[in-house]
Amino acid sequence: MNFEAVKAIYRFEMARTWRTLLQSIVSPVVSTSLYFVVFGAAIGSRITEVEGVSYGTFIVPGLVMLSVLTQSITNASFGIYFPKFIGTIYEILSAPVSYFEIVLGYVGAAATKSIILGLIILATAGLFVPLHIQHPVWMLLFLVLTSVTFSLFGFIIGIWADGFEKLQMIPMLIITPLTFLGGSFYSIGMLPQSWQTVALFNPVVYLISGFRWSFYEIADVSLSVSMGMTLSFLVICMTVVWWIFKSGYRLKS
Amino acid sequence: MSPIISVSGLSKTYASGFTALKSINLGIKPGEIFALLGPNGAGKTTLINIICGIANASSGEVLVDGHDIRRDYRTTRSLIGLVPQELHTDAFETVWATVSFSRGLFGKPKNPAHIEKVLKDLSLWDKKDSKIVTLSGGMKRRVMIAKALSHEPQILFLDEPTAGVDVELRKAMWDVVRTLRASGVTIILTTHYIEEAEEMADRVGVINRGEIILVEEKAALMQKLGQKRLKLHLQGKIDAVPTPLAAYNLELAGDGTELIYTYDTRSEHTGITSLLSDLRAAGIRFSDLDTTQSSLEEIFVSLVRA
Ligand SMILES: Nc1ncnc2c1ncn2[C@@H]1O[C@H](COP(=O)(O)OP(=O)(O)OP(=O)(O)O)[C@@H](O)[C@H]1O
Ligand SMILES: [Mg+2]
Repeated sequence: MNFEAVKAIYRFEMARTWRTLLQSIVSPVVSTSLYFVVFGAAIGSRITEVEGVSYGTFIVPGLVMLSVLTQSITNASFGIYFPKFIGTIYEILSAPVSYFEIVLGYVGAAATKSIILGLIILATAGLFVPLHIQHPVWMLLFLVLTSVTFSLFGFIIGIWADGFEKLQMIPMLIITPLTFLGGSFYSIGMLPQSWQTVALFNPVVYLISGFRWSFYEIADVSLSVSMGMTLSFLVICMTVVWWIFKSGYRLKS
Repeated sequence: MSPIISVSGLSKTYASGFTALKSINLGIKPGEIFALLGPNGAGKTTLINIICGIANASSGEVLVDGHDIRRDYRTTRSLIGLVPQELHTDAFETVWATVSFSRGLFGKPKNPAHIEKVLKDLSLWDKKDSKIVTLSGGMKRRVMIAKALSHEPQILFLDEPTAGVDVELRKAMWDVVRTLRASGVTIILTTHYIEEAEEMADRVGVINRGEIILVEEKAALMQKLGQKRLKLHLQGKIDAVPTPLAAYNLELAGDGTELIYTYDTRSEHTGITSLLSDLRAAGIRFSDLDTTQSSLEEIFVSLVRA
């Protein structure tokens, strides 16, 4: 194992994070605050409570997930796409590093950033509504697993993308809608029966449900199903990454 | 001495269907400076990229220090430093950060003293805290060299190191290369410029359209270079070289109106004086004479055109 290399990639990526701290942190915090103002205040004045918790409090886990998902994908996809784009990937490819180590460095850094961001957003939310987390360990577990899984997903997109449009397309066209429809701002139980069935095909539902359970013990699906699905996504992403490297897909001519 | 790099039957066909390398065989000796010469698109970069792990070979085998580049990629890649043809840099990193990054990437523990030495050797020390984006092209190229040297490689690939580099920097670069060689590093460089190969290399390989068409000691090439041709334009026409002149290996040309004598400029006796007196004795008169030297450039061009 070339730990020095993993460290080098990880540090390099984290340095990029600190350099772009403003965009990385300020914009999600601002948009989260806006969600609170718009959804929490405007809608919350009509829907006062969902399953025993105030509406503002209810939407916190969903908001955190929304940011964590998009940021994981954006960070990880940029992290690997950029060296491809400017050509510095040559050095990674010519270095004595295994693919596993490359993924560990890039995905590790992207996931770290997402986790930090998730916690910052949580703290921001704490300024607007009273928070209490019943199962902090589960909460962290869901946060870490989701960050890692979607950083892996972002890594895949970064390798697949051959232009900046593609890079932005997936988060815009897939992740944001899935998160909005995945119960960030409502409980699936509030939907008509037929839509509830449709919603179960949305993977984000399971992530949010499990995450929300760790806060308030309210969930759309059982904890074991949430965890099972989360782990399945992780395994799927790992398999795809493994295949990419095995086949040299879009990295080596 | 067993070669430090041994390429056998190496072929490369790109996804586009274009065959860039056709069954290349090549051995690089430890500690030598090998110049790979060839026109644009000959396959120089492709060959280097395969050896370094940036591109996959279609078939064939490459051993570096006896290790297969696929199976033992960790070993082979840690031995190699690469300065690519294009300037690929992280614009917003500092020189120090990017060079230290390379060292870590190649699995070497931190060694600020070594990085300092490399930067000083390349006259980059005063730029160590500058962002790469603020450097000139020549400085960026030196940063690329510093990155390649950061992990103390045994083999250094320089893919057109002097493209876009001024005379002074070129000289400085050759000094670095010579020092490296003196410390036992094997150096493979590609170039379009024959003078460069002539000045630096121990051996020269010529590649064209994906095939190695010549590999020779530079000295042997210089031998060919040392040959000069003396052409005598005769006043009259002769049918054959007269027997008393047989020892000179003269060639008859221009339908019997020209005699050509080939000699070595570096030998003590060129034989010209005696040839001229023997010609007079044989009664052959000439109206004019000229000499030509075949340059490596000519040899190269004739090889590549063939
Ligand atoms: N990724 C690629 N896909 C398809 N063809 C390629 C690719 N890379 C290089 N080639 C082709 O392979 C041939 C050899 O290219 P290569 O870059 O190895 O040449 P070179 O000898 O380094 O040339 P130069 O002196 O211009 O740098 C060229 O015809 C080039 O067009
Ligand atoms: Mg080239």
